[in-house]
Amino acid sequence: MSYLEYRVQTVPTGWRKILHMNWPVVVLLVAVAGYGFLMLYSIAGGSLQPWAEPQMIRFGAGMVIMFAIAMVPIWFWRNMAGLAYAGTLFLLLLVEFFGVAGMGAQRWIDLGFMRLQPSELAKITLVMILAAYYDWLDEDRISRPLWVLIPLAIILLPSFLVLRQPDLGTAILMMTGGGIMMFLAGVHWLYFAVVLAAGAGLVYAVLASRGTSWQLLNDYQYRRIDTFLDPSNDPLGAGYNITQAKIALGSGGWTGRGFMQGTQSRLNFLPEKQTDFIFTTLAEEFGFVGSVSLLALYALILFFLVISALNNRDRFGALTTLGVAATFFLYFAVNMAMVMGLAPVVGVPLPLVSYGGSAMLVLLAAFGLAQSAHVHRPRGKR
Amino acid sequence: MRHSPADNAKSARRISRRALLLAGGQAAFMGVLVLRMRYMQVEQADKYRMLAEENRINIRLIAPARGLIFDRNGVVLAENEQNYRIVMVREDAGDIEATIARLSQLVELDPEALNRAIKEMNKRSPFVPVTIADRLRWEDLARVAVNAPALPGVTPEVGLSRRYPLAEDFAHIVGYVGPVSDYDLSKIDDPDPLLQIPKFQIGKLGVEKRMESRLRGRAGTRRIEVNSAGRVMRELERIEGIPGDDIQLTVDAGLQNFVQARLALTESASAVVMDTQTGDILASGSSPSFDPNKFVRGISVADYRELMDNKFRPMSNKAVQGTYPPGSTYKMVVALAALEEGLADERETITCKGFITVGKRRFHCWKRSGHGVTDMNKGIAESCDVYFYEIARRVGIDKISEMARRFGLGMRHDLPMSGIAAGLVPTKQWKRDKHGAEWLIGDTLNAGIGQGYVLASPLQLAVMTSRLASGREIWPRLIKTINGVETPIRDGGPMGIDPENMRLVLRGMFNVSNSRKGTAYSSRIAEAGMELAGKTGTSQVRNITMAERARGVLKDEDLPWERRDHALFVAYAPFEKPRYAVSVVVEHGGGGSKAAAPVARDILLYALYGGVPPLSAYPASQRKRIGDVLSQLKLRVPEERPVRRVRI
Repeated sequence: MSYLEYRVQTVPTGWRKILHMNWPVVVLLVAVAGYGFLMLYSIAGGSLQPWAEPQMIRFGAGMVIMFAIAMVPIWFWRNMAGLAYAGTLFLLLLVEFFGVAGMGAQRWIDLGFMRLQPSELAKITLVMILAAYYDWLDEDRISRPLWVLIPLAIILLPSFLVLRQPDLGTAILMMTGGGIMMFLAGVHWLYFAVVLAAGAGLVYAVLASRGTSWQLLNDYQYRRIDTFLDPSNDPLGAGYNITQAKIALGSGGWTGRGFMQGTQSRLNFLPEKQTDFIFTTLAEEFGFVGSVSLLALYALILFFLVISALNNRDRFGALTTLGVAATFFLYFAVNMAMVMGLAPVVGVPLPLVSYGGSAMLVLLAAFGLAQSAHVHRPRGKR
Repeated sequence: MRHSPADNAKSARRISRRALLLAGGQAAFMGVLVLRMRYMQVEQADKYRMLAEENRINIRLIAPARGLIFDRNGVVLAENEQNYRIVMVREDAGDIEATIARLSQLVELDPEALNRAIKEMNKRSPFVPVTIADRLRWEDLARVAVNAPALPGVTPEVGLSRRYPLAEDFAHIVGYVGPVSDYDLSKIDDPDPLLQIPKFQIGKLGVEKRMESRLRGRAGTRRIEVNSAGRVMRELERIEGIPGDDIQLTVDAGLQNFVQARLALTESASAVVMDTQTGDILASGSSPSFDPNKFVRGISVADYRELMDNKFRPMSNKAVQGTYPPGSTYKMVVALAALEEGLADERETITCKGFITVGKRRFHCWKRSGHGVTDMNKGIAESCDVYFYEIARRVGIDKISEMARRFGLGMRHDLPMSGIAAGLVPTKQWKRDKHGAEWLIGDTLNAGIGQGYVLASPLQLAVMTSRLASGREIWPRLIKTINGVETPIRDGGPMGIDPENMRLVLRGMFNVSNSRKGTAYSSRIAEAGMELAGKTGTSQVRNITMAERARGVLKDEDLPWERRDHALFVAYAPFEKPRYAVSVVVEHGGGGSKAAAPVARDILLYALYGGVPPLSAYPASQRKRIGDVLSQLKLRVPEERPVRRVRI
């Protein structure tokens, strides 16, 4: 689809674009982020430092980026998809060779003013390239084996690089996100059935390979699996995090222990309370009501994104919006499942709430794409 | 790429369908999350809430103030003293070495203890206070407090520690406390959580040990909030403990001091003073003694060695632990056994030729030339052995031992002191069980003069004397009150002995010290109405062989100390209206009349006068010598004598 297909005259131009943005989503984003500021303020013992204020500044910067991306026509972003993908691959390779080690893995490139985590970037460029690919691909070829292999390669290449960092969590999320894109585009369901079966086989192989010469994962990853399966095994060691997280979460009760009254976080029993485990603090201080309301905010964001996509006749725009929604969903669903003990502990932040730069900026940039798709959607009769 | 409109429409429909399918899946997953939240936060909330509370709340114990110990007049014997110490917190101190260097300019620090403290500080969490100097003087503490700004992380603290103001005088009675050890814990089945406090002080000896359960008190608790590293964030609740019960002993601190000082003029001796009416132990001395305060502080290895190596056994409370053949002090028991059985009477006389032959053996009287015609009164007053060989032979050992038991010998008196000995009152059955041999007539004769198998402690001899003096079955008592509640006096009523027989024996005892030929005539009391009645005893430590006898028996003084005879004396006074009974044993002191009786007289006089007796109480000819003896006594000067203090 070339830009000539867009009825440019019906698409808003100039500053009027702002009026045509998906405002409910913007409001919801601010609400979720506000929730995050509140928690970071509470965790710091009622102080803006060291977390809440930097997070606000970054959120502000992220919103500016989101608006900027939203102002640029979606077809420009479609044309940039290939370049963005290539750039991401380049950055991932750069990490491979020059990355800064943190928490036992090479994940960052130090840009001086910020630390860039290319794997975060990869999640969104993957959505872009796949959306562009299926936008380009003829309908009748979508499920043909050759045309299925191409997106598979597109997905696996960056995933493999991320896996080597090693960052299993993000790699799995990327593969899952890519798979969802293929599913949305309409690839025949049999492929998915085969992949799921193969996945089950792989899980079996991973577990069976433990302790053998062809062991597939690192020891620390196996330990995480053990801890996930039975945290009480090692309550002060590897299982400490998840045990304490569950205590915090459960002790919240219906309405929580009150703002800044969470003993688990205030007394440091919670690990990484400002990043991956921030949901437990929220659940402890605001209880079931607070937890469900955050989940409801997330669900509403998803809802408005899906509505936007369903009303978007532009294939790239619709697929991008749905891809952003799916990525967003994966973030918070995996994080929440993790702290509730439903999923193994993988380093996935709670979107817009967890303290951290890269993830938030990338996520808001992704929302910028969804906004651009919304603003520049084809209007009028076909 | 341009797609056909049909293609586009088809694609849009498919994307919509798949999008809705995916959204449905996502909604389902979120439903699962909500259910899980509900399960954890609503259904299991109580369990997790409890776990969270367990996480954050620690219960710390507050040691209660230990009960104080007083003498019968309220003089403090064991108290809780303010103990000034300096603690240091590593994280606040910064440069530990510089801070300690500055501190050592102000206060004298023990390098050994300091090293230990530094090691502990580096081992523990940085916020844990560690004691680096203990038992400082108030001035030292003040100097540290004034210089606080230059000493980051250093805080002066006040704690309580045990102190025994009368030190050596009460070491054996009151005992001492010390930090609870693993050995203590393994031996006692006491669930008191206080014992888990590191270095918690418990009684190790004497009243401190035996009355531990009353003195200790009950722990208070402090509920505190801690963070994950164990740092105390704040105190949530504080319940003060219940202090231990105060205990008042029957002992009189002044008399006890006098007894200890008087015994200290001998090498190794012990004495017990009892109230003949109530059984109250008024003094219980054992010399040499030791300073219990050293044990509270942690005694040095050298000091401990010295105590253990001392041949006069300062650590042993000889007044209750030491058992000796009672010697002639046993003769009252033998006499009463014979009188009550009707096998002896006042008029019958036995002729003492210096020995008696039973079977092929000769049994000698201490007086080689013999006492001649001897009746009961003379037998006791002059302590004729032959007289008692004869009546003991008549009565037999089992009747003698039965009488001995009635006088409290051969049994463990239940007083809260450590290591109270049961002594020994032999019977035929006992010898069969113990030695697998038949009782011989010679054994009876030896027992008749308190030798052979018979063993008694000074405490038992004091009980015996009290019962003789009062004619009542008096039981000893050491605890006067606990927390102000009087402990009952145990009085078993009249002894059930014919008063005539009793009077006869007591008359003999009176003559011991009041008739010219009495064995303790030189230790009489000159003051009219205060006369003492007593009985000397000399118990052999060695067996004199026939060969030795043939060679000529060595004089006792010529023997090495360990082989000399024990000197014993039991007495009560005043004779007419008995109030105090005393027993004295001077280990290897030689003859009872020479070594033990003067000590017993001094003690009785102190008790009767309620202070150092005037020389007028002594026979005129002795006054100069006695004056010298009394002036040698190292008594506590009255100014130093602690007065009753209120509880801290």
